[in-house]
Amino acid sequence: MKEILHSDTFIVILTIGSYYIGTLINSRVNKPFTNPLLIALILIIPTLLLLDIDYPTYEKGSHIISFMLGPTVVALGYILHKQIAYLHGNIRSILISVSIGSIVGVVSVLLICWLFDCPREVMISMEPKSVTMPIALAISERSNGILAMTAITVFVCGIFGSVVGPWVLKVTGIKSKVAKGLALGAAAHGVGTSRAIQMGQVEGAFAGMAIALMGILTAIVIPIIESIWKM
Amino acid sequence: MHQGIRGFLIILIFLAIGNVISWLINNFVPGNVIGMILMFAALQMHIIEEKSVESISKLLTNNMTLMFLPAGVGLMAAYELILSNIAGITLATLLSTIIVLVVVGKIQDKWGKKE
Repeated sequence: MKEILHSDTFIVILTIGSYYIGTLINSRVNKPFTNPLLIALILIIPTLLLLDIDYPTYEKGSHIISFMLGPTVVALGYILHKQIAYLHGNIRSILISVSIGSIVGVVSVLLICWLFDCPREVMISMEPKSVTMPIALAISERSNGILAMTAITVFVCGIFGSVVGPWVLKVTGIKSKVAKGLALGAAAHGVGTSRAIQMGQVEGAFAGMAIALMGILTAIVIPIIESIWKM
Repeated sequence: MHQGIRGFLIILIFLAIGNVISWLINNFVPGNVIGMILMFAALQMHIIEEKSVESISKLLTNNMTLMFLPAGVGLMAAYELILSNIAGITLATLLSTIIVLVVVGKIQDKWGKKE
C-alpha cells in the first residue's frame, strides 16, 4: 500500500485533484480565501502528513508538474505580445516606473529583513515577492532561495496588494487609469490584475502588461543588486 | 491536437534556447525568463505565428497555479524557518508591496501620457 501511496501517480493525482477542487470552489465563491492555491494546500499538506509522505518524496513525485513552470514562463511571452498593443505611446513612462518599482521593491525587502536580522536565505527567497509566481520561483531558484518561502510571500503580497491597493491608490491621489492598473499589476501580479480588471478594461490591460515587465526587470535587477549588496 | 503539440514544441524549443543562453551568461538571468523574452520578440517580429502558440499559452497561463503548487507544499518543510522570522517576513512583504504600488503609480501618473 505504501508503495502505491508514495508513487508518482498518486502524488500527481493528489496535486491535480486538489487544484481541481480548489478551482471548483473558487468558481462558486470568489473570495480571497477561496483562492485555489490556498484550498489545494489545505487539502494536500494534511494528506501528506496523514499518509506519512515527506516533502522530498512529494517533491520528486510532483516533478512532472513543477517542470511545467518553465514552459509556463515562456508562454507569458505570448501574453505580453497580446497586451503590448495597448501601450499607446506610454512606453517610456511605463518602463521607467516599473523599473524603479522593481528596484525599490527588492531594496525595501532587503532593508526590512536586514533590520530584523533575517538570515540570508530568507532575504533571497523574499526578493521577488512582487513578481508573478512562476518567474519569482525561477528567480529564487537561481539565487538558491527557499521556493516555499518565495511562494508564500508572493501569495501574501498578491492578496494584500489587491485588497489594500485600490485604497492606497486613492489615498495617495493616483488618478490615471493607466497608473492604477500598472501599479496593481507591478505590486501584486496576477491577483492585483484581477482586481484591476474589476476597475475597468484599461486598468486590467496595463496591470497584465505590468506583470510580465515586472518579472523581466526584476530578474535583471536582482543579480545586479546582489552583486552590490555582497550577501 | 496537432496545433497544441506543435505549439508546445515551439515553447519547449524557446525554453531550451533560453537555458543555453542563461548558461552562457553564467546563469545571470533564469533561462525560462530569457525564453519568454525570445518568444515575445519572435511573435513581435512575426518569426512565429501567433496562432501556433495561442492555445497552449492560454492553457498554461490559465492554470499556472497548478504548476507552482509543489513549491507551495514545500511550506511543510520550511515552516519553522518562516515562523522564526515571522516579524521581518510579514513587515517586509506588506510594507514593500505598498511601496511598489505607490512608486509605480506616482511615477506613471506624473510622467505618463495624459488621458
